[in-house]
Amino acid sequence: MSSPNKTLPGWIDIGLIPLINIALAFLVSGFVIWLIGEDPIEAVKIMINGAFGYDEALGYTLYYTTNFIFTGLAVAVAFHASLFNIGGEGQAYIGGLGVGLLCLLLDQYVPLWVILPLAIIASGLFGAAWAYVPAYLQAYRGSHIVITTIMFNFIAAALMNYLLVNVLIARGSGSPESRVFEETAWLPFMHEIFAWFGAEITRSPLNLSIVLAGFASIFVWFFIWHTRWGYAIRMLGHNENAAQYSGIDTKRVIIGTMCLSGALASFVGINEIMGVHHRILLEFTAGYGFTGIAVSLMGRNHPVGIIIASLLFGALYQGGAELAFEIPTIQKEMITTIQGLVILFCGALAFMIRPTLERIFSNFTQENKTAVVE
Amino acid sequence: MDDFFLLSLSTLDSTLRLSTPLILCAMAGIFSERSGIIDIGLEGKLLAGAFAAAAMAAYSGSAMLGLIAAIITSISMALLHGFACITHKGNQVVSGLAINILASGLTVTFGIAWFHQGGQTPNLSGDARFSPITFPGAEMIREIPFFGPIYTELLSGHNLLVYVAFLAVPLTWWVLYKTRFGLRLRAVGENPQAVDTAGISVTFLRYRAVICAGILCGIAGAYLSTAHNAAFGREMSAGQGYIALAAMIFGKWRPVPGLLACLLFGFLNALAFRLEGVSVPGIGQIPVQLMQSLPYVLTVILLAGFIGKAIAPKAIGRPYVKER
Amino acid sequence: MTVEQIATSRSDVAGGQTAPPTTSKTPAIELKSISKSFGPVKANQNVDLKVLPGTIHGIIGENGAGKSTLMSILYGFYEADSGDIFINGKKQDIRSSKDAISAGIGMVHQHFMLVETFTVLENVMLGAEGGSLLNKSSISARDELLRLSQEYSLAVDPDALIGELPVGLQQRVEILKALYRGAEILILDEPTGVLTPQETEQLFKILDILRSRGVSIILITHKLQEIMAITDRVSVMRAGTMVSERETKDTSKNELAELMVGRKVLLEVTKADATPQETLLEAKEISYRDEDGILRLDNVSLSLRAGEIVGIAGVSGNGQTELLAALSGICPLHQGSITIGDREITPQTPSSAKEIREFGVAHVPEDRHRMGMVTAFDAKEVAIMGYHDDSSYNGTFLMNTKAVENHCRQLMQDYDVRPEDPNLKSANFSGGNQQKLVLAREMDRAPKILLVGQPTRGVDIGAIEFIHKNLIKMRDTGSAILLVSVELEEVLSLSDRIIVMFEGRIVGDVSAKDADACQLGLLMGNAGEEGTGTPSDNAVVTGEVSR
Repeated sequence: MSSPNKTLPGWIDIGLIPLINIALAFLVSGFVIWLIGEDPIEAVKIMINGAFGYDEALGYTLYYTTNFIFTGLAVAVAFHASLFNIGGEGQAYIGGLGVGLLCLLLDQYVPLWVILPLAIIASGLFGAAWAYVPAYLQAYRGSHIVITTIMFNFIAAALMNYLLVNVLIARGSGSPESRVFEETAWLPFMHEIFAWFGAEITRSPLNLSIVLAGFASIFVWFFIWHTRWGYAIRMLGHNENAAQYSGIDTKRVIIGTMCLSGALASFVGINEIMGVHHRILLEFTAGYGFTGIAVSLMGRNHPVGIIIASLLFGALYQGGAELAFEIPTIQKEMITTIQGLVILFCGALAFMIRPTLERIFSNFTQENKTAVVE
Repeated sequence: MDDFFLLSLSTLDSTLRLSTPLILCAMAGIFSERSGIIDIGLEGKLLAGAFAAAAMAAYSGSAMLGLIAAIITSISMALLHGFACITHKGNQVVSGLAINILASGLTVTFGIAWFHQGGQTPNLSGDARFSPITFPGAEMIREIPFFGPIYTELLSGHNLLVYVAFLAVPLTWWVLYKTRFGLRLRAVGENPQAVDTAGISVTFLRYRAVICAGILCGIAGAYLSTAHNAAFGREMSAGQGYIALAAMIFGKWRPVPGLLACLLFGFLNALAFRLEGVSVPGIGQIPVQLMQSLPYVLTVILLAGFIGKAIAPKAIGRPYVKER
Repeated sequence: MTVEQIATSRSDVAGGQTAPPTTSKTPAIELKSISKSFGPVKANQNVDLKVLPGTIHGIIGENGAGKSTLMSILYGFYEADSGDIFINGKKQDIRSSKDAISAGIGMVHQHFMLVETFTVLENVMLGAEGGSLLNKSSISARDELLRLSQEYSLAVDPDALIGELPVGLQQRVEILKALYRGAEILILDEPTGVLTPQETEQLFKILDILRSRGVSIILITHKLQEIMAITDRVSVMRAGTMVSERETKDTSKNELAELMVGRKVLLEVTKADATPQETLLEAKEISYRDEDGILRLDNVSLSLRAGEIVGIAGVSGNGQTELLAALSGICPLHQGSITIGDREITPQTPSSAKEIREFGVAHVPEDRHRMGMVTAFDAKEVAIMGYHDDSSYNGTFLMNTKAVENHCRQLMQDYDVRPEDPNLKSANFSGGNQQKLVLAREMDRAPKILLVGQPTRGVDIGAIEFIHKNLIKMRDTGSAILLVSVELEEVLSLSDRIIVMFEGRIVGDVSAKDADACQLGLLMGNAGEEGTGTPSDNAVVTGEVSR
């Protein structure tokens, strides 16, 4: 069972194979672009320019990146315990509700520096609570977490819909949105922060949340690899029997891991609700929770990988928007397609090329040996 | 009272229409999952099928050709799922998710490229759609009290694919329990090693099972875009594949209970439309969102073991590897 | 009636016919020079085998001798790396179970290949339905099944659900499955491992009838008694090779045992007599049912005293695994109590693996890959499993990686784990070094009580000696050790007291000094009580038989 690990050196397994998988995903994406009669190379050029070419574009790219770091980390943390959290979307949605409620409650009374930590806590609590139920059902009632988290995404959508249409809707408003928060509850935009220091950059939705995303990544790295709780999570993920043998309370670890995962996903709410929209609105999660799965698979569940993958997906989202503007036949759904292909090649087909590489590698080493003999 | 009867009748009538895609997808799910392959890709196959049917029908003007295109498209997605999960032993949930996301991306991308209507397909009419079939004598017996309206309003007047869906249930049951293929399919979902040692190829068997799922999802897709509606619209499956998945679990992976679950979920949906803005005496207004989320809530409650026990096929989700 | 008596009476069962003599020239099966490797492990090396038609041919060997692999090759489950298979003199290319079935080979696997949610009839039909529609074919299948059950006296209800049948009947269904497919060659892999003595008797009667009907049977077992009782010829395998072949009537248990073990140096462990002190752990009438409701531990009582090694002997799967799990807090008790120090653990006051470890109970699990380690972890992470909450490895938030690494390096030095690299992935160590690492982790803290399962499984000779010495050393420093091993040799040479388990019960409790392998073997097969009545080549039970 451990023998396949030995046939290939580590750099192929954690370096080359993921790269080939990503390359395959992009190759097929290029093929799709070619199929609809456009030039893939041209598209890539527009996208790169659209994502990094000027500072507003970079701002947007990093703003998307922020969301993907949160949802990617959420999926990754659960993956380490061998739990597949498809519920990031719903957890983010409900997390946003927590942030929004807190802002609506306090924005007229206290300053930002009081609201922000409370908002982070509220967001985390709401997101964790939404993940808690599926986690509890998995741990104590044996219901499959994949199915329950999918169901909870839909339930979250229905709940938010109800609340916004019937309860939270701003007085006199025609669209299902809460009132806009007072400015005390707005997270500063990065262009504002830069302006405090006298630097001028173009306006973009990029806000302070990206710093939170950075902290979250560092936290996850320490937590998973350098604490006893992370140790327990990883052990449960690799070998449940060993975890039981080691005296780990597997039920509690399942619940704790999912709550952490839900909390991480919920921080999308900080970025979107406090950072950009400044009100609660419908569907602000826009599929970021699902993109988190692609990000986590591509980043191999490691914060560094996730940051890189998030940046890539951020660039795809922003570059894709630019692309949609330049080439009207290529809309944002092309990015969705790429995301699907990344999940396919980096996730479901992750081991497809392995046997081929094994053959090539063993041929190569044999040739080397015979060469030495000769 | 008569009004109430007609109202109930029309609610039931729309229940049938709304359940149709659920039934087809749930039967598809049964084929796949009873063979041990998790199929959360029902949604994607449904959506891709809907697009293919509408695109082909718009191009050729034939609903039948649309149906065939839908089936072929859905089968190819099922084969992709099989390639990942059966041949390469990939994670079945991840693969299903990839298929769903791919479908929602590709349909619109191709839709824009081919029809330039923001992802929509052109409106279909005439032979490009499945039109209602009126049963013989429907007009004649309309006036007969009770049975007349049931025959004319409820049973007659649906399009072909509605009847196909309701036939798919006994057919699924028959295939599963009365044929050699069904016996082997159920066996491979429980104990693939038993099947392997009996000299049957696990791989081929599972591929055939996912192909069956592909066919049924294709029909469901064609229903959405060329029968129930008159065009493809982006994200038109709107989670119905997931509801079908829930219904299949609710029906404990069996065709007839699965059908009942689909009808229940379809009914809830029909009721939601009916009750929108209506005040129910004694209760007041029932939020439509509550009705919409009930299928999911009920499934969660079922999965938690509060309404009987939903026991999945034993070998589900595990790729078959010969053990040492 | 014991297996011996069945053997002597088998001619009666077969209606006065003895097994056909070995006159027929073409063997039913001939394997020529079969080799098969799994990675670096050579499971079979140039194995030859001839089975004459209408005979029962035994293949005997220790755990891991390569018997099962050989049979899996014959049944097409694996493909041999090299070698040829001849069936009735004709060379056959067996690449899949399908090929094997059409060549007339049937196999009863150690773990039954049955679908539990299916009926007997459905299981028998599976893969040999005889038509694409079940209604029609199941009628003829039912007739054929009933005919076969009658012809071979294999009574079974065709409509019973497999999951609800006792194992003996499930096995019968497996045999019927093979016969239904027209098998003329039947392979049985350790068929009696899961059977009660009565069921074993039944099985041997069935095999006898099959032989009299001309079926050639290969019986794989590691039980000498069975070989002597039922086979016509016997082949002995050792370490992947075929070492010898005998006519059963010309050989003896002793000779076979010697061939099986080879000239292996008997594990002589030098040790002083034990001086047991106070009782450290006491289990009283503990019972445990698994998730399927099967009673795995049935009223087990035992005590462990400081300074003694108690060995648990038994054929694997008779409750040893569950006993270790119950004592170490991994699985719950359903009845009875365990007392460690002042703490009494009962079903009402359950414990946990964590708590029990805190009482100074260490546990080396039977299967290191299943439980004792995480192959994806670094060695240093494996070295603290179960002790990872210990304050010496942890700060307030962060784990002290340096301390963990130093601890691991220390263990590696003390227990000679090579390579001495705490940061190497544990999967990349050899089996022996992995086992030493697990043992080091558990023994290093000088536990009061050590529960140890299969301490030397898959470990080379040098390491075995090292491990045994350390176990004795621990005993001498006052620890109580519970040793579970399927290697009877090991139990005999290390233990001070030997407890025999059978079907979750304790069926024997003997002092190691008075015990010998034969007597233990009888107890392990639950032939203890009747054992006194068996033919004289069985030693009389001298130990105290508790039940």
